[in-house]
Amino acid sequence: MTSERGSPYAPHADAETVAMLDAIGVDDVEALFDIPEGVRFDGEFGIEPRSEQALRRELSALFAKNDDLTEFMGRGHYDHYVPSIVDNLSQRAEFLTSYTQYQPEITQGFLQALFEYQSMLVELTGLPVANCSMYDSATALAEAARLANRVRQVSGTRVLVPEFLRSGKRGVLDNYLAGTEMTVETYPMDDGNVDVGALSELVDDETAMIYAENPTVRGSIEERLADVGELASENDALFCLGTDLVALALLEEPASVGADVVVGEAGVLGLPSAYGMGLGLFATREEYLRQVPGRLVGVSEDAADKRAYTLTLQTREQHIRRERATSNICTNQAWVALRAAIHLAWLGPSGLVDLAEDCVRDAADLAERLDALLGLQAPVHDRYHFREFVVRCDQPAAAIAGDLESEGFAVHVVGEHLLQVCITDANAHDADGLVAAFEEVL
Amino acid sequence: MIYDQARYVENGQYEPLLSEKETTEVEVGGDDSPLPDDLTRDSVELPDLSEPELARHYTRLSQMNWSIDSGPYPLGSCTMKYNPKFTEDVAADPNGAVHPDRSARSVQGTLKLLHGLQEYLAKIGGMDAVTLQPPAGAAGEFAGILVAKAYHEANGDDRNEVIIPASAHGTNFASAAMAGYDVVELPSDEDGRVDVEALEAAVGDDTAALMLTNPNTVGLFERDIEQIAETVHEAGGLLYYDGANLNALLGRARPGDMGFDIMHYNVHKTFATPHGGGGPGAGPVGVVDELAEFLPSPRVRERSSRSGYELFDPERSVGKVHGFHGNWLVLVKAYAYIARLGDEGLLDASAKAVLNANYLGSQVEFDIPYGPFHHEFAATSGEKDAANVAKRMLDYGVHPPTTKWPEMVPEAMLTEPTEIESKKSLDDLAAAFNAAAGDDEETLADAPSRTTARRIDQVSAARNPQLSWRALDDESDDDA
Repeated sequence: MTSERGSPYAPHADAETVAMLDAIGVDDVEALFDIPEGVRFDGEFGIEPRSEQALRRELSALFAKNDDLTEFMGRGHYDHYVPSIVDNLSQRAEFLTSYTQYQPEITQGFLQALFEYQSMLVELTGLPVANCSMYDSATALAEAARLANRVRQVSGTRVLVPEFLRSGKRGVLDNYLAGTEMTVETYPMDDGNVDVGALSELVDDETAMIYAENPTVRGSIEERLADVGELASENDALFCLGTDLVALALLEEPASVGADVVVGEAGVLGLPSAYGMGLGLFATREEYLRQVPGRLVGVSEDAADKRAYTLTLQTREQHIRRERATSNICTNQAWVALRAAIHLAWLGPSGLVDLAEDCVRDAADLAERLDALLGLQAPVHDRYHFREFVVRCDQPAAAIAGDLESEGFAVHVVGEHLLQVCITDANAHDADGLVAAFEEVL
Repeated sequence: MIYDQARYVENGQYEPLLSEKETTEVEVGGDDSPLPDDLTRDSVELPDLSEPELARHYTRLSQMNWSIDSGPYPLGSCTMKYNPKFTEDVAADPNGAVHPDRSARSVQGTLKLLHGLQEYLAKIGGMDAVTLQPPAGAAGEFAGILVAKAYHEANGDDRNEVIIPASAHGTNFASAAMAGYDVVELPSDEDGRVDVEALEAAVGDDTAALMLTNPNTVGLFERDIEQIAETVHEAGGLLYYDGANLNALLGRARPGDMGFDIMHYNVHKTFATPHGGGGPGAGPVGVVDELAEFLPSPRVRERSSRSGYELFDPERSVGKVHGFHGNWLVLVKAYAYIARLGDEGLLDASAKAVLNANYLGSQVEFDIPYGPFHHEFAATSGEKDAANVAKRMLDYGVHPPTTKWPEMVPEAMLTEPTEIESKKSLDDLAAAFNAAAGDDEETLADAPSRTTARRIDQVSAARNPQLSWRALDDESDDDA
């Protein structure tokens, strides 16, 4: 029997505890704590233990306080339908309750799953090296800039980012570069896309990296990415492209437009809307292999000459290289990468391309329907869009968004008279409802 | 025996890759495309399998994997404890799956939980303010060091060094360097603790912070912590607590009471959230009052009991360390775990963790150079290669400890059983240690022989990196 009111997960019967104390040679567990009197604490946090049942009720009541809104939101955090098989297989305890694969002989399963995740990123980006996860798209971008700082053929210290960039992403980038001599500057956009002319004026041989997104944070599809890649290459700067796992299936292949590093959100597959929790994708060229942050799974052989997988190139990592490591990342998002891989494999190539095409069609259809309403103009940017687009409204945007909430819908406010709307396979069935709600509140 | 069950060998290979089963290349663009061809790629090639085939593939992979639900996972310093099943269920509540840009008034449940977790963690750590944003322990270290840097800069104090004991986690060094600091390494004294004289010599006007793990990485409590804190504070530096070993102290000592100004919590280590084969984790950061205004933004506060909870940006915030609000699902699990245990459960977890480590230590035949220890111990395999001993332990059906680290112990086997192992389970672990201790060098060097894979050549994996299906294809082309 476990002692009453202790940890429900400590299995000790009283007799066992006594036998163990005897073996150690002490009378009491407290004798094992070598803590000076001056810093002893009395154990009273005032946290009342609860039974499983009570806690379930409590948390279920707590979450019920969240309004049940249909979200038409994106801007870097997307909700695609996650098939049941992803939850079911990823929650197998052998995956979920495992640790980093420091003993490859008994962790071949997870290593192979991560190797397959890396491989699918390689297929989608066209770049030969992908790591097995960063925290999210923001930290992946920031790590790319730090990679640019380490790459010898890049001499400069300037990082150029688009004018339209999520503030959270920019904030993380600034912080990750705070300990370097690198500086971040923005370049202007032209009707939602990179203003290539203005960018070419800004780029010089002090430019270490140019960052562009496809689709942009406003959902527009970039039309001159190859020109951006060329600008970067002419100036010996790295071209870093931000994208996501679904967009990669349809939009121009990063390798073909000259991307040196691809970062972005891989949690668009495999993760439900999770208050911003993500999965950073990171892929690059072979020549930067030893500058890559994070974990890599490689192929080797075991003593019986059979193919086997292992974490590799660990001399880049913090536990070996310490302050000279390529990154401080240790715990990453491996389980989320597993989920993304299962989701990708479930979709298969046709399913993924179909999903991506729907992101373009559904956005165009919804924009057209909103544009037809009096007092709305959509999309604001005269471009192709992927999932999301900006809407100009005659009335103040915040007031409209507030009224839409009362009607059961959530959208972004991105300016005084600008809203942003995002449609995916998870909410497309409610598009009629959203349009009706707009009609109601305008 | 689980290994036999996991041995899915087909045609002399293990579970085939998805790409070896079936892939299809589909064309992209064309007449039916919603985009002109110059904005699309040409084709996509990916695995193309039925759902039943995928279910079998990933089920087999799962069976070829060790986990805490398979057996003991005594990785010192990594702290692998049982992950309660119900925390998974509550984290999966669809009402908790909200977009990060939702208005505060529409996500009061989410904000209340986050606020509650901030409060719990503050109490447990003896801290005044907590941010939940860092998505892992190392990210928490980085955030904490950014806070220290912002604090010094706000005081017009130009300090460029962070002092770190030689035995500390590698992440400490990397995080301090990322923030732009020079790292000063501090040697341990003969007892395995911080050498206070060396510390006194090292601190000065350049010292921004001392990063410390307590109990340290060989399980020893830094008894001189009050003197250490005074030394660092007198020099104008801040004291940073690495929360990796907090499980050993729950309810018995709090970093804040010991004089620490900043700390991070590793929720998978201390609060039983699953590590998922490498993450996600969460690394909340706690600070004392005077540093609260520098914490990353946003944080959660209660505006009033009537108007509820809101996000806010601390006045002189260092900004963002995660694109949104951190690893939400993990934070829910941590909240549920803490609430399940309460004061008594947290205190008991700590007691049993320390009891288990000491009992296991008493049963292991290898020497343990430093003590008395708390939740983990660094045994040495002496003349025998610790890595080989570890591989042999796999044959005896257990996961081995962390090996060859920390470096202050030669051939270290850093062992941390945690509170969740029973006496029987610890006896089995000790038996595996002791059986390996009795095996000859040749057997050890040849181990493991009973596992899914035999000894894997990690050197050739690094010399000839093959990191994707494409790399494998290229390799076979070369052979031909």
